[in-house]
Amino acid sequence: MDKALFEYLLRLGDDSLVLAQRLCEWSSRAPTLEVDLSLSNLGLDLVGQAQLLLGYAGEVEGQGRDEDRLAYHRDAEEYRNCLLVEQPNGDFAQTMARHFLFSIYRELLLDELVGSSDTRLAEIAAKAVKETRYHAELASDWVIRLGDGTEESHRRMQDGLDWFWRFVDEMFAVDEVERVLIERGIAVDPAVTREAFDARVTQVVKSATLEVKPSTWPQTGGRQGNHTEHLSTMLAEMQVLPRRYPEATW
Amino acid sequence: MYTTELDKKAADSRVVEVGIDDPQQLARFEARVAADDFIEPNDWMPETYRKTLVRQMSQHAHSEIVGMLPEGNWLTRAPSLSRKAILLAKIQDEAGHGLYLYCAAETLGVSREQMIDALHDGSAKYSTIFNYPTLNWADIGAIGWLVDGAAIMNQVPLQRTSYGPYARAMVRICKEESFHQRQGFELMMHMVNGTPDQREMAQDALNRFWWPSLMMFGPPDDKSPNTERSMRWRIKRDTNDDLRQKFVDATVPQAELLGLTVPDPNLRWNEERGHYDFSPIDWEEFYAVVRGEGPVAQERMQARRKAWDDGAWVREAAASYETKHASARIAA
Repeated sequence: MDKALFEYLLRLGDDSLVLAQRLCEWSSRAPTLEVDLSLSNLGLDLVGQAQLLLGYAGEVEGQGRDEDRLAYHRDAEEYRNCLLVEQPNGDFAQTMARHFLFSIYRELLLDELVGSSDTRLAEIAAKAVKETRYHAELASDWVIRLGDGTEESHRRMQDGLDWFWRFVDEMFAVDEVERVLIERGIAVDPAVTREAFDARVTQVVKSATLEVKPSTWPQTGGRQGNHTEHLSTMLAEMQVLPRRYPEATW
Repeated sequence: MYTTELDKKAADSRVVEVGIDDPQQLARFEARVAADDFIEPNDWMPETYRKTLVRQMSQHAHSEIVGMLPEGNWLTRAPSLSRKAILLAKIQDEAGHGLYLYCAAETLGVSREQMIDALHDGSAKYSTIFNYPTLNWADIGAIGWLVDGAAIMNQVPLQRTSYGPYARAMVRICKEESFHQRQGFELMMHMVNGTPDQREMAQDALNRFWWPSLMMFGPPDDKSPNTERSMRWRIKRDTNDDLRQKFVDATVPQAELLGLTVPDPNLRWNEERGHYDFSPIDWEEFYAVVRGEGPVAQERMQARRKAWDDGAWVREAAASYETKHASARIAA
């Protein structure tokens, strides 16, 4: 088994799955019907990406685990998503701040992964990057609209960005698992996208009349299974049926 | 999903007064409708026709929106990724249906905000079915199979309803509802072919959703005061009781195919009538639910109001941003 590739696919797939689950929590709660529709679109894209990535991870592992086995029968410490995506929704500004930071990171990463030496991963990236470009645009538009909207929305949008900023560095960190794959031309060194990320974020934040606060101590550990308190609660809800009825298929 | 016309006053059988319209215009209007012509937003129409349509279309739109809640209750617990995607897409379709229907109703001179206010202050109604809770995963199947199945019975004839924008909205909605119904039946089939626990969930879901589904067709014909006029105006094309019978006749064989028992000891095929006979409906319960006293009616409205109130600052911000930048564009 290609353990590093399996691990890398879990990281990518879990990012999609965990963020999709958070977006599902918005269903029927959005500020307008149009926003409800667009949040569902984002969620659907992410569930689809999770299915492809975790499905492939299961094949690479070769132990008979499919996408659902991986999604529903791993505990929080076996999840490999970054900490940002598991953070609670907060208000709409926070949700948009989270989506904005994640989608720009992810779009830049996928753009590079299209050239991965692993053709299957390159194909998944080619499909996902189109979706993610739209996510980044939509979230950027909201950051601008809320930042430059009313006094209240400006304050909430600034609070949202400030709240999540400590989770940004983790997305660009590289450990031994990724280093090996980068050398093999499979994974992308996220460091190469950091400059572009900072430039994009700065540009949007400026148009939104907001500012990026200087970085505090970065929170990390998600890629190694050291999560925040929120993930296990989320998974307890998400996994309840398959865990309670392990014999059933759905 | 659908709401039949639930006049707030239906329980005490008061008939809405027909206003005084110009007899010549009225005659022309009635002739057009009788000839199955579509009435369009700028055409002359009797005030009562307009009001009845606003009520029916907004109730229909509200039902789509409130109907997202019982399904949303299981979205975060959908037991596989593909079930999660299907349910999310279905709920999204319902939001889309609500949106078309609000837009179609707006052509009658009422704003979406007015309609939403009426929902939130309790003066507008929505389908009684959504005031029942979803208690196990099979309820998601039962909603697709029974509730969307009942909706289709109601909606297929509405594709030929006399008001053009409503009829056209229904064409698209019916296509999606029919897909929803099939996925619901497929989910039920999966459950009955699963473990004993899953079969039990499926039977439990049918037990709880059967009678509320029959109630979705509205009060019996002799207690449905506006039916005659609505049928003459082609706002409605079949009576409540006819549609209900059609639903029972179509659904009982499907329950048999699933190996589930319909919770009605008096249900039997009547050779002479060519229809299934079934027990009388508990109309006391129906009217209580219409009055807003259903099991989770208060929770549903609380959830809708909370979403709306929590989102107020976002709507204000978007409007403020638009105003600022529209004036900037004009200045440039």
